[in-house]
Amino acid sequence: MSTRYTEDHEWITVEGDVATVGITDYAQQQLGDVVFVELPEVGRKVSKGDEAAVVESVKAASEVYAPLDGEIVEANGVLADEPGKVNEDPEGAAWFVKIRLADISQIDSLMDEAAYKAFVEGI
Amino acid sequence: MADHADGPLLSTPLTDLHRELGARLVPFAGYEMPVQYPAGIIAEHSHTREKAGLFDVSHMGQAWLIGPDHETTARALEAMVPSDVAVLKPGRQRYTVLLNAEGGIVDDLMVSRPQGAENDGRLFLVVNASRKAVDYELIKANLPDNVKLEPVEDRALIALQGPMAAEVMAAHAPAAADMAFMGVAEMEFDGIAVYVSRSGYTGEDGYEISVPAGAAEPLARALLADERVAPIGLGARDSLRLEAGLCLYGHDLDETTSPVEGAITFVLQKRRKDEADFPGAARILSELAEGPSRVRVGLTLAGRAPAREGAEIRAADGSVIGVLTSGGFAPTLGAPIAMGYVDPAHAGVGTPVKLVVRGRELEASIADMPFVPQRYHRKPSA
Repeated sequence: MSTRYTEDHEWITVEGDVATVGITDYAQQQLGDVVFVELPEVGRKVSKGDEAAVVESVKAASEVYAPLDGEIVEANGVLADEPGKVNEDPEGAAWFVKIRLADISQIDSLMDEAAYKAFVEGI
Repeated sequence: MADHADGPLLSTPLTDLHRELGARLVPFAGYEMPVQYPAGIIAEHSHTREKAGLFDVSHMGQAWLIGPDHETTARALEAMVPSDVAVLKPGRQRYTVLLNAEGGIVDDLMVSRPQGAENDGRLFLVVNASRKAVDYELIKANLPDNVKLEPVEDRALIALQGPMAAEVMAAHAPAAADMAFMGVAEMEFDGIAVYVSRSGYTGEDGYEISVPAGAAEPLARALLADERVAPIGLGARDSLRLEAGLCLYGHDLDETTSPVEGAITFVLQKRRKDEADFPGAARILSELAEGPSRVRVGLTLAGRAPAREGAEIRAADGSVIGVLTSGGFAPTLGAPIAMGYVDPAHAGVGTPVKLVVRGRELEASIADMPFVPQRYHRKPSA
């Protein structure tokens, strides 16, 4: 399945009923140097729009919202020791969380790559 | 750091250059200013600590205070500040604060006395961008008829900061090399008449260069042509000053804080304390004698999560003892640091405290400032 995107600059890929979520390259550029990432506990139930993580750059803290309903099944522990990975490889190794989706069909409400690209260009 | 919503943003003589250098421009105190360049805040911060950084600080207020002679002008300013200005020698600069009647800090500023008999009676002020209007109104309202305030609107201000700043500067303005820390001098920079102070806001050796607006870009380009120099944005300016333990007005100091609470009692000199004739002298002298009800301290955090301005400070027993006024990540230390105000009973270095971030308590302790040693240029005999 292709990557989907939110207006909060998160990317989502889905395998089975598990979504991997991270922030986009555009988001990391806007944040600047990331110095700390706070991730949710595994097992936490989240609803679309809930605060799921916090990214701290040198300048400020920014929330990362759950893009879909579900349960956190994994958090990327690498980011605790190497928050700078978010700047280096935001759409790869620096994924934030994996969420077991309550309703896979919700992903249809998210933007595809072309729509996200147009969205960013319109900012 | 007020973002003035009304009216278009002002530019500086270097705004086009910032754009050309790929800066991200943001509103700051009514100006469109570079918060960072493509290198990013941490790289810019480290560059300044290791080599030399160029900062556009043209948004700051530059102004002349002009009276018939030094004594008259100095005494006029002394009516608004607690420092001994009269004692300032030609070619010297001092950090001071404008006070309100309650002894609260209206702004923190630099005052310098230029050299040369023709400059007798002139003092040069550099004030915060966000406080220009307030400061000038206050100063004008308190000046005697024979002393005038002349805001300088046609000059840029460029800072060059870092351990290599002196070597870089010497190639263009040889006279700068001989200056002592907190010295000021008129000189030529590649033939451009500039007014230079050896000071800054990073904890490093360096200069602030007041230059005619039309010559600002050539001067900046000449400095940037040196491979040791990189352009540095406001993001790194903030992390550098925080590591150096320096206050940011509107955050660490405001109209309610006194110099004693702000832990900047070095702005008070003995003669002024003895004469006790500055605004708010009763409160300030009482705080000096009996201690203030709150005091600015530094804090280091045990973990990696930063705590920001506004975070509550709690004692080990959970009671609220203060609030953070600045906080962030210290690139030089690779760890979060903060500044805040606490009840003096809890201000001892090493006192364990908790900082409340997103509803959770982070372990921290009161720390000595500066967090990173200052490396100002001290002459053995100056």
